[in-house]
Amino acid sequence: MNLVVLMRMVPDVVEELEIAPDGKSLDQEALRLIVSESDDHALEEALLLKERYGGRVTVVAPEAPEVADVLYTAAAKGADRVIQLRGVEPGLGVAAMAEACAAALSAIPDLLPADLVLTGAQSIEDLDGLVAPLVAHRLGWPYLGVVTAVSEVSNGTATVIKEFQAGYRGEFQVSLPAVLGVQAAEKPPRYVPVAKVRAAMKATRIEEFEAPQPVPEPLQDVTIVALAKPEATGRAEMLEGSVEEVAGKLCELLAERGLL
Amino acid sequence: MNQAAPAVVTPTYDVTLENLFEHPEGRRVLTCIQCGMCAGTCPYGEVMDYPPRRIINMLRAGELEKVFRSDSLLSCVACYACMAKCPRGIRLTEVLLPLVKEQVFINLPETPAELQKALENTLRYGNPFGESSRKRAAWVKTAGVPIRILSEDPRPVDVLWFVECQNSYHPRGQDVSRATARLFHALGIDFAILGNEEKCAGECARLLGETGLFDTLMDYNMAVFAKYKFNRIVTSGVHAYDAFIYQYPERGFRYPVEQTTPFLARYLDKLRPMLTRKLPYVVTYHDSCCLGRHNGFYEEPRALLKAIPGVRLVEMVHNRVNSICCGGGGGGMWLDTYYKAKGHERLSERRVKEAIATGADVLAVSCPYEISRFEDALKVLGYDQKMVVRDVVELLAEAMEA
Repeated sequence: MNLVVLMRMVPDVVEELEIAPDGKSLDQEALRLIVSESDDHALEEALLLKERYGGRVTVVAPEAPEVADVLYTAAAKGADRVIQLRGVEPGLGVAAMAEACAAALSAIPDLLPADLVLTGAQSIEDLDGLVAPLVAHRLGWPYLGVVTAVSEVSNGTATVIKEFQAGYRGEFQVSLPAVLGVQAAEKPPRYVPVAKVRAAMKATRIEEFEAPQPVPEPLQDVTIVALAKPEATGRAEMLEGSVEEVAGKLCELLAERGLL
Repeated sequence: MNQAAPAVVTPTYDVTLENLFEHPEGRRVLTCIQCGMCAGTCPYGEVMDYPPRRIINMLRAGELEKVFRSDSLLSCVACYACMAKCPRGIRLTEVLLPLVKEQVFINLPETPAELQKALENTLRYGNPFGESSRKRAAWVKTAGVPIRILSEDPRPVDVLWFVECQNSYHPRGQDVSRATARLFHALGIDFAILGNEEKCAGECARLLGETGLFDTLMDYNMAVFAKYKFNRIVTSGVHAYDAFIYQYPERGFRYPVEQTTPFLARYLDKLRPMLTRKLPYVVTYHDSCCLGRHNGFYEEPRALLKAIPGVRLVEMVHNRVNSICCGGGGGGMWLDTYYKAKGHERLSERRVKEAIATGADVLAVSCPYEISRFEDALKVLGYDQKMVVRDVVELLAEAMEA
């Protein structure tokens, strides 16, 4: 199988997020970026598929600070080819970014045709989960999102599992090539010993690819008006007293609200 | 007490499984008489498929591959008990076990989730908790005494205090850091910390077999040390102490190093008159593996405790060289869930039962891992009303308050 994984760097919320003086964006200076968690799951699913069916995994990631570490780690885990996409700046907005990535996928030499493009179903910057469907739209391929497993690949189709509420599972069949928005891989993303990453840094070449021009403009009909930090409301009630007293009050509260 | 001389050891960082028998310390493995002292003294010996004695036997039979394919050695908490008891002086925990564990770790089909997270965090944030590296020195604001951070004030300093992860981030560890700072201050020590530039020394990653992570952290910390001028390092971490003494010299590390407890013991004469507050405690001291068995600092912490007015020191059944590991070493800190799933008894629980049996009301420790481990164990066993856990440094600071 020829598998392409699109991975993106997003703000790391372990660090404090600061709002820039314009009140509409995050302070880039204070940001530290980390690979989007569901993109990491997309990579894991691709690696599992490669182990099962053979083939190649190519990782494509827009340039960003620390993205090289992510690409070397992907190589150490088993990705065959890692590509950094130049000219797709952070702050482009989800729609333009997806558009630019899709254009790049078509233009990168020896990349398409592929069987699957996998990326995260959502990211902290894309709660609507637009990236995968927009990429699919641009490529003219079918799309399935919130995927939790690819259970079978045969005769030009893939059987894909989606998980719904209350443990319900849906099984879908999609013709290939297709774009998948991965919610979670079948197994948690694997650990790769740092020695292997250090070896990959020596043995792997990160290909640089300039995004096709013109890079799409951010959407003009939807604009950010303001960003705000969470406000402390002071509505929390601290239960005071001895352990017994606190436990008693807690039970009363829960009973009052019909939770006991 | 005089300045403790760093242990003189034959460096073994160039030893690999391939050249094991070309090195004197590796050849020593061949002298093993299969007496089983190592397996017998190992706190998890009875639950391991391959305790140390069998590993040596399999090495000699050319069957180490079987050990690499088993997760048996994840139960090794790197407590130095096997090494301390070996009648042939085979440096198991220092030489052979890390090499075997490295292969076990690389071959693990799946890394236990809790451990994976801790390792990924340590690589990314420099601490296993996944806390922001930018908040490593946040506790300093609550120290109550001025603490110089070298990145802000890079003038040369006498003591570089390497605080380490647990005492930078864990709330109880921060208590120890505040106490340490107050003591250094009272003793007039010229000290500074690296602040947010400091990262985990990496020793537990190495002891677990994650040598690449250890190398990365060692390279990083060595580069940071090179930025500043200081005479010596004092570290709160007992594993950091080991890393600096036994491993960092490979990268040219030549600073004198002491761990906080033995360091303070050298200042006992100056400290004693300051210990004016009577603490009416019955205290039992837990010898940490690194400080005790590995480096022989048995009397220093006890001398400090005895100097506190009112303290009565009692001993547990297993003390000094026979002390039982808290279970946190060699990656054990992040394998509690895994051990539980395997049905292993938690070593911290085994240990606090001994502490309770002494009738003491304070369990004194000097390794940063032990406070949280023993406090948890006391709660699990329902002894948290009977006993509290205090670092020796905390007790000293408490006795210093007027």
